[in-house]
Amino acid sequence: MTRQLPALIIIAPLIGTFCISIAGWINKRYCLPILIAALGISLYASIGLLGLVIQEHGVVYRLGGWDPPWGILYQVDYLNGLVLIVIAVVALINAVACRKHVLEEYPDRVGPFFTLYSLFVTGLFGIVVTADAFNLYVLLEIASLSGYAMIGMGNGRAPLAGLNYLFMGTIGASFYLLGVGYLYLVTGSLNMADIALILPDIYESRVAMTAFVICMAGLFLKMALFPLHSWMPNAYTHGSFAALGVIAPLTTKVMIYVMIRISLTVFTPSFVFDRFRIDEAIVWLAIIAIVAGSLLALSQSRLKKMLAYVIVAEIGYMVGGFWLGNRQGITGAVLHIVNDAMMTLCVFLAAGAIAYRQKGDDFEKMEGLFITMPFTMSGFVVAALSVIGVPPTCGFFSKWYLISGGIAAGQYAFVGALLLSSLVHVVLFFRIFEIAYYRPEAGHHGGGHSSSVINEAPLDMVIPLLVGAGLLVVLGLNTGFLVDRVIRFAVPAQLI
Amino acid sequence: METIVSIKPFLAVLVSIAAVPVLLSSRSANIREGWTFVAAAAKFAIVASMLPSVLDGAEFVYTVAEVIPGAALGFRVDAMGILFALVSSFLWIVTSAYSIGYMRGLNEHSQTRYYCYFALSLSAAVGVAFAANLLTLYLFYEMLSFATYPLVTHHQDREAQSSGRKYLLYIVGTSIGLLLPAMLICYDLTGTLEFSNRGLLAGKVSKELAGLLLLMFLFGFAKAAVMPLHAWLPAAMVAPTPVSALLHAVAVVKVGVFSIVRIFTGIFGMETLSSFDLGSYVLFFASATILLGSFIALSQDGLKRLLAFSTIAQLSYVILGVGLLSTKGMIGGVIHIAMHAFGKITLFFCAGAIFIATGKKNISEMAGIGRRMPITMTAFFIAALSIIGMPPCGGFLSKWYLVLGAVEAHRSPVLLVLLFSSLLNAAYFMPIVYRAFFCRPEANPFGNEIREAPVFCVVPLVITAIISVILLFYPQPFFRLASLAAAQMTGM
Amino acid sequence: MDELLSPILSKYNYWVYITLMMIGLYAMIAKSNLVKKIIGMNILQTAVILFYVSIGAKQGATIPIIRHGHEGAAAHAVRAADYINPLPHVLMLTAIVVSVATLGVALALAIRIYRQYGTLEEDDIATRITGDIRKSP
Repeated sequence: MTRQLPALIIIAPLIGTFCISIAGWINKRYCLPILIAALGISLYASIGLLGLVIQEHGVVYRLGGWDPPWGILYQVDYLNGLVLIVIAVVALINAVACRKHVLEEYPDRVGPFFTLYSLFVTGLFGIVVTADAFNLYVLLEIASLSGYAMIGMGNGRAPLAGLNYLFMGTIGASFYLLGVGYLYLVTGSLNMADIALILPDIYESRVAMTAFVICMAGLFLKMALFPLHSWMPNAYTHGSFAALGVIAPLTTKVMIYVMIRISLTVFTPSFVFDRFRIDEAIVWLAIIAIVAGSLLALSQSRLKKMLAYVIVAEIGYMVGGFWLGNRQGITGAVLHIVNDAMMTLCVFLAAGAIAYRQKGDDFEKMEGLFITMPFTMSGFVVAALSVIGVPPTCGFFSKWYLISGGIAAGQYAFVGALLLSSLVHVVLFFRIFEIAYYRPEAGHHGGGHSSSVINEAPLDMVIPLLVGAGLLVVLGLNTGFLVDRVIRFAVPAQLI
Repeated sequence: METIVSIKPFLAVLVSIAAVPVLLSSRSANIREGWTFVAAAAKFAIVASMLPSVLDGAEFVYTVAEVIPGAALGFRVDAMGILFALVSSFLWIVTSAYSIGYMRGLNEHSQTRYYCYFALSLSAAVGVAFAANLLTLYLFYEMLSFATYPLVTHHQDREAQSSGRKYLLYIVGTSIGLLLPAMLICYDLTGTLEFSNRGLLAGKVSKELAGLLLLMFLFGFAKAAVMPLHAWLPAAMVAPTPVSALLHAVAVVKVGVFSIVRIFTGIFGMETLSSFDLGSYVLFFASATILLGSFIALSQDGLKRLLAFSTIAQLSYVILGVGLLSTKGMIGGVIHIAMHAFGKITLFFCAGAIFIATGKKNISEMAGIGRRMPITMTAFFIAALSIIGMPPCGGFLSKWYLVLGAVEAHRSPVLLVLLFSSLLNAAYFMPIVYRAFFCRPEANPFGNEIREAPVFCVVPLVITAIISVILLFYPQPFFRLASLAAAQMTGM
Repeated sequence: MDELLSPILSKYNYWVYITLMMIGLYAMIAKSNLVKKIIGMNILQTAVILFYVSIGAKQGATIPIIRHGHEGAAAHAVRAADYINPLPHVLMLTAIVVSVATLGVALALAIRIYRQYGTLEEDDIATRITGDIRKSP
């Protein structure tokens, strides 16, 4: 059974998609349980896979029994084993929490929404687990199309935002496909490991460099690296919370995973960091992304849009950390993939719970929330502390590695950008806390107790949020285990 | 030196965190306050139980989690740490009693929240005291910043909001902007963050880098209120008085100063500091803060603001003591942590008692109050003597050792600073006492009958005043702990 | 002149696909009608497809169908140079499917937008939106 886990992790949500689609016609109440069951199987498979990887240093699965380079290979190593678990956990937690949002936003399209949800997760799993460059494109498009549709399903300005998202995403994917085409042209293979074997002979050729640049350009577009980020704030502002809870934490992080995978496995560090010296330029791009994202977030007055710009800055962290090219930086980037996915999930869950109760996510709607929604706000505070980077939440530790990498590489501008954005995040989140906490009309020494009544969000929104917040602390305290047992092996040995 | 592996340090920290859910679910105010006392007593008991071994020269060690290679989340209880933990946990018991009187006396809102965050803040303070390395210290330092924010801004009005912003700006701004990079530079240089008696950076850092790091640490710990990053402290006086008393006279500010001492001794080490002559910089900033703080205190009319500036000045005595880089100076500085704590908390308690009993906050309105509240004002007088550094109060002992330390280190300007600042302290305290007691009976706005503040407020301040006196004649265990600490850190 | 023309002439497939791709990108970015953008997107994807297909071509080769029954794969050795590379074609079948699916989603979204705003011109939609924002409290 364990040999089949790489396939199982994809098949479960894929079959789930069809089942949900049919169930949606029969009785829409069956949709969510099927989804949760499928995601539960995937979670089990992903944990099993990581355990297997720690034991055997890698799991390989040949689709259909065909050997590479003719057949498609699914390969799980330390890097994607970790990302698989992240996807499964985030998708599952959000699935539990999104029911009321779905009923509110699209009451007549419950079946289609969950179908797309399941398909989206299938695509993401596929992207992460595959070892074939073209197969990655196919699954990338599966995930992306479901994502576009999920966002475009919403009300208000969502279809327009979804369409713009579609345009930008398709350009990105097409560029990626083009890059793969050049790679195929010059190596004759689509299997990642195989390409990596053939490429070193032609590192100096312009084809290899072109392929790399085009691939990266496409991926940068898909991961919303500044200045190619413009689709994201709109898409995330107008999309519904049910969709955002799974799209926001995962899409961009998986794209960063793909970037790491292409750079480390296909092109290998000796090309990417030693021969083709664009790493410093990309780090500067990341620095600009961090600063721009943080500053743009300051000028927003809607929670979702502010969070979207915070994500833009976080993308800068990960991209910059990776392209520093040293062990600490890459560890920080990989760790941040995990941590940022969890933080983003918690933050959007909290925002969703608030918006559900307060009927909107403008800042003015958040007065007195600490009293009326104490549990939601507790979860929100923990998530905010993680984004700011306060120990023992996980956000601190990935920032630690990123700054450490910056110092080790002498990239003090990157360090400065990280510190600046942490300070800006303090301002961003405390602005919201101030609105939720202060009562300017109160007298100097409050007489008696407040008369507000607790009006919390529904339980199935609050509990996933609190579980997520708890996970943030647990992840933080277990950073040592994560880095030592898993991430250390994901970073190539020759990097210092 | 014997090392005992025991979970006690971790328990001491956890006790009050564990109390929070209990406090939140308490049905009545009495049960809630009862649990606060239980938690405070338990904390003190755990800390005190480690005292005998530490006095014998042992250390308690406990590692919670290896989060980063070379920097685990761990605890190490040594002489200086247990001194600070003893002071804070004991004073928490006293302050809890005082809080009952104060909060109920004013019928304050959100009292449960208040007690919960108080418990969390004390956890963080003890966590800092027992931190085995810079990472753990940073963790609890930040926890303290965020746990005290709701306490400082308790009143939730406009004034609280702007003070809260100042608080965050100074404290979190410096901890993220200065402290974090300094910590990471140390990690980059040495691969670890453990405090070592020789100093972590010994031999690994150049003079310029050491100087830069020194400044980053000195100002990164803005809780120590070294000028010019002191402005948050007067602003934080909008908090309810028990908060100002325990936190801003004892816990928060002492955490700042304690951390600086830890950094100087555990990260830099006496040898590095003296070989690079960095002590001079430290002495400069400390002296400037002492003198300026005392001067500004002279001009204050609001009692709490005056006490705030007095605190700013007094904190730098500790830094001064360490900056002298001599054994006696260290003893003086470390023991001042305890002496000043007891003295200042008494003064704040008195200020709060006056506010409850008469509603007065400004010194100009307090003429003749000694007739009405003799117990309170006597305690005030005793505590003021301690702060000024005069016998028969404990403050004399710490000042005496600071003077000895200055002589030992051949730093005569420091002697002048000590002398002059004591005069200044007298100059701003004595008029208050004088006017409180000696004013014409017929012009006394308070009348001549005795009407003290509620019992729960008066008893604590009497206790701490008496202790201030006792500490001069029987300064154990603090003196022994301070000597041990100084011996460990100067390697003599 | 010869050195300039010969790379252009011999690599004309690349020039074709680049031209198409630029046309597609231009349409997507510069045109304000949503349907034109969608068409541009399709042109972009087609350009990439053509690129892939073109790299499979060989001079003097025939279509990759081997004319014998099921006698066993090892019966006849095959000279690869006689047959054009079938793999890019296969890959592009998938890509065409993806492209069609994308087109479907895009058109569905466009229909929704049309129902909402009554127009497919981006500028008019923007005006409509700011008008709505001004009207709502």
